[in-house]
Amino acid sequence: MKVGVITFPGTLDDVDAARAVRYAGGEAVSLWHADHDLKGVDAVIVPGGFSYGDYLRCGAIARFAPVMQEVVEAANKGMPVLGICNGFQILCEAHLLPGALIRNHKLHFVCRDQWLKVENNETAWTTRYDKGAEVLVPLKSGEGGYQADDETLKELEGEGRVVFRYVGDNPNGSRNGIAGITSANGRVVGLMPHPEHAIDALTGPTDDGLGMFLSLLDAVVSA
Amino acid sequence: MSLDTVKNAESTPDQEQPYKELGLKDDEYARIREILGRRPTDAELAMYSVMWSEHCSYKSSKVHLKYFGETTTDEMREKMLAGIGENAGVVDIGDGWAITFKVESHNHPSYVEPYQGAATGVGGIVRDILAMGARPLAVMDPLRFGPADAPDTRRVLPGIVAGVGGYGNCLGLPNIGGEVVFDESYAGNPLVNALCVGAMRVEDLHLAHASGAGNKIILYGARTGLDGIGGVSVLASETFDDTAGKRKKLPSVQVGDPFTEKVLIECSLELFRQKLVVGIQDLGGAGLSCATSELASAGDGGMRVQLDRVPLRASGMTPAEVLSSESQERMCAVVRPEDVDAFMAVCAKWDVIATEIGEVTEGDRLVITWHDEVVVDVPPRTVAHEGPVYHRPIERPADQDALQADTPDRLPKPAREELLDLIKTMAASPNLASRQWVTQQYDRYVRGGTVLAQPADSGMIRIDEETHRGVALSTDCNGRYTKLDPYTGAKLALAEAYRNVATTGATPVAVTNCLNFGSPEDPAVMWQFEQAVKGLADGCAELGIPVTGGNVSFYNQTGATAILPTPVVGVLGVIDDVRRRIPTGIGAEAGETLLLLGETHEEFGGSEWAHVVHGHLGGLPPEVDLAREKLLAEVLVAGSRDGMLSAAHDLAEGGLAQALVETCLIGETGARVFLEGDLFTELFSESAGRVLVAVPRTEELRFTDMCTARGLPWRKVGVVDPESQALEVQGLGELSLAELREAWEGTLPALFD
Amino acid sequence: MARVVVDVMPKPEILDPQGQAVANALPRLGFDGIASVRQGKHFELEVADDVDDATLAKIAETFLANPVIEDWVVRRVDA
Repeated sequence: MKVGVITFPGTLDDVDAARAVRYAGGEAVSLWHADHDLKGVDAVIVPGGFSYGDYLRCGAIARFAPVMQEVVEAANKGMPVLGICNGFQILCEAHLLPGALIRNHKLHFVCRDQWLKVENNETAWTTRYDKGAEVLVPLKSGEGGYQADDETLKELEGEGRVVFRYVGDNPNGSRNGIAGITSANGRVVGLMPHPEHAIDALTGPTDDGLGMFLSLLDAVVSA
Repeated sequence: MSLDTVKNAESTPDQEQPYKELGLKDDEYARIREILGRRPTDAELAMYSVMWSEHCSYKSSKVHLKYFGETTTDEMREKMLAGIGENAGVVDIGDGWAITFKVESHNHPSYVEPYQGAATGVGGIVRDILAMGARPLAVMDPLRFGPADAPDTRRVLPGIVAGVGGYGNCLGLPNIGGEVVFDESYAGNPLVNALCVGAMRVEDLHLAHASGAGNKIILYGARTGLDGIGGVSVLASETFDDTAGKRKKLPSVQVGDPFTEKVLIECSLELFRQKLVVGIQDLGGAGLSCATSELASAGDGGMRVQLDRVPLRASGMTPAEVLSSESQERMCAVVRPEDVDAFMAVCAKWDVIATEIGEVTEGDRLVITWHDEVVVDVPPRTVAHEGPVYHRPIERPADQDALQADTPDRLPKPAREELLDLIKTMAASPNLASRQWVTQQYDRYVRGGTVLAQPADSGMIRIDEETHRGVALSTDCNGRYTKLDPYTGAKLALAEAYRNVATTGATPVAVTNCLNFGSPEDPAVMWQFEQAVKGLADGCAELGIPVTGGNVSFYNQTGATAILPTPVVGVLGVIDDVRRRIPTGIGAEAGETLLLLGETHEEFGGSEWAHVVHGHLGGLPPEVDLAREKLLAEVLVAGSRDGMLSAAHDLAEGGLAQALVETCLIGETGARVFLEGDLFTELFSESAGRVLVAVPRTEELRFTDMCTARGLPWRKVGVVDPESQALEVQGLGELSLAELREAWEGTLPALFD
Repeated sequence: MARVVVDVMPKPEILDPQGQAVANALPRLGFDGIASVRQGKHFELEVADDVDDATLAKIAETFLANPVIEDWVVRRVDA
């Protein structure tokens, strides 16, 4: 299984996403923002960070990168794509996922270990979890408040496309406590928390995040 | 407007120059004229004035800092690959890895503009580490503020914390620890110290020097603007009459761009990997003045720079301004001519602006031209290294005896029935309360190497994913102790940071420091400084670990009142296998015994109890026994290696009571404690050399036998009680973890949210 | 009530990373000829008629802008 991990200028968690892929038994392939080339990968991770400094709007500049045009095309053909944190923001800006992420309601950057409830275990990235299970992974972001209009929310909730929801205090003011969502076909997933930082209890709060990368392995192998 | 060239300076020897406004004394100016054999040009005057400033030249501290070198033995030097005088110290930690680390102050800028001051403080120290050839891996921030409830603290603290986080988070470096301390003396002068640690393969060490005539000087990174040239605008006003008024108002504030710095890091590391760099220097304080003169004087030749080639962000900048600009996120590299194209290609890949601005020359002059006219022609060493050296007057303060005589013995002690409440009051006091409000704004996970971060005793990162080798870092200083006795206080800071590192299972190997003091022109401050340097150096010699570098920040005072002398000490430790780290919270194993290692005496001078309850500072700080600290560290490291310890927490401010509260809350587990003797002293004394450890029942005998055999005093003080969800002190009663958590975690949010 | 607009911009001599990032992106997106971009903040205030210019200036200077690094302009707009 070859999984591409994109690096934009300002990407930070690419090393972590690549490590998570390796821990799950896959091969991580580095993808460069300026290339129109997915190097034959089976899936793509758009990792966290501050692409282009996130100065205009989070993800607003990155979505126009050459590599993203390839990602959008591949995703529309069903390639699994995971956007984590800034990656989630980029996928929203690229319209692969609906909605947008805005500044945390308490205005501070928040780094904490966050419980999430798995709401959908049928996406390409979540089959290893039990529906309703609670997992503990780091959340670290300043602009993680998920926003969408009422109609979109209704659609997401109605179609079971909310993948993860925050348990307990809403850490950033996300509507409906939404931490992560998926595309209509369940192949593209975006979430604010960082499963790639929870693959080993030595360096993360748990290894609960590894399930996402193992799920992908299943999805790609069975495909 | 006319350009002040060397030729012009020669023909107008009597032209008056604003050297006083630039901070130069009469004799310093006279010395510059003597070196050059003429008056300096504007550009030269700008260079000398900034490089001969206290900040860059260490002119007041140099004579004292020599003592660090004098007390470092060859044995201590054995693992040191670079030391004082380089951008940062470098230590060999084994498995082919070299670690570089340093702490620096950014105090004054952070008071003027808290967010940007703190942000650029982080940026500056990270470039120092990068300039050694290392990948920066983590940062820590020792911060000090005025009283927690003072209105100005509400202005300064949130801005500084947001600045540290905003820059570090965007840069992608985990923040793994630091300090937050409140004291009246920092009210008009907060301290923002920033530490960075980085790693490289031993063979990749880069030192700043410009060698080999014909090699090119390349400036890369951000454009140069009018940042931080407030002082030099005096010169601008003379040459730019029409804009004089505008320029004079320029603030000395620099704005940081962490995105550019992140790209600069990745770009530089790729340049290093491709071996395209002969020498490198970051641009920090004093900008190009510093980088060109330091590179040139550390090499074997001279240097010629075409200053007009520097890419600018502002129009109409003078040579003096370009040389003095403190624009951030810039680096200067020395590159072989045949590598220039490859160098430029890497910079282009990362969208980093790179410009060839000069070359290394034969001879020994630094010559700088501006559109082909020579505006600087100096011997570079006279700028960078041969600045003035002062033997400032030193005098023990007249009131030092009275301060030490005013011991805490006179303070009323709490009654036995007040002790339980006191545990809670102390846990909620600003200096002991949870730092979560601050640390929650910092990313501690990025890069995936963080093994321990706040609130652990030290921050720990994995260096090698194959061998699991890692390093631990802690910084410490108790300015109250140092005020009472600067010599002992500095040793106590060292002992505490050393102990913190060992408490997590790492072996301490090296020291860095950031010496924050008042005005060097005050003989009492210089006495504090001299004593603290001696204490730190003597302490390092006793522990057998070297000081590898450091930073001095003077003039930290409000009016005539200096801050508490604050020699922040950072200790680096090595752990062979980070999987053997010792956590801070109890409850990891079923059935743990709590042991107190070390001895408790009635020591309340400078204590947090005296501060919180009585607002008192007097007497003598706790005694320090470094031989005992060394033994304690050996026992902790052995306990970690052999898997005998399930948790450990250092005793510091607030004594055993605070250590118990924290170990229970962090581990989310209750404990029952039984103490003998005077319970107040047992709970709140701040005797040094103590650590609370949790030992699995099965390891208890083996561990205590080892302590006894090695001569380390130990005492069983309690048991972990996972059922109770409370901290019970036998004979006093119990406090539920819920009420303790509310006390400990509630304070900072209540003050700053 | 009157509408008041306060524009806050980074001072010309101060580095503006935000504006710079946008300016650098434009040519990549095929928009040429944009020499520079500065990014600032735009505030719209609904203000009672008896609030005078001095008060508005004070609001801008002491709160909306950080005068160490930012300039500000207050404009009354016809509602």
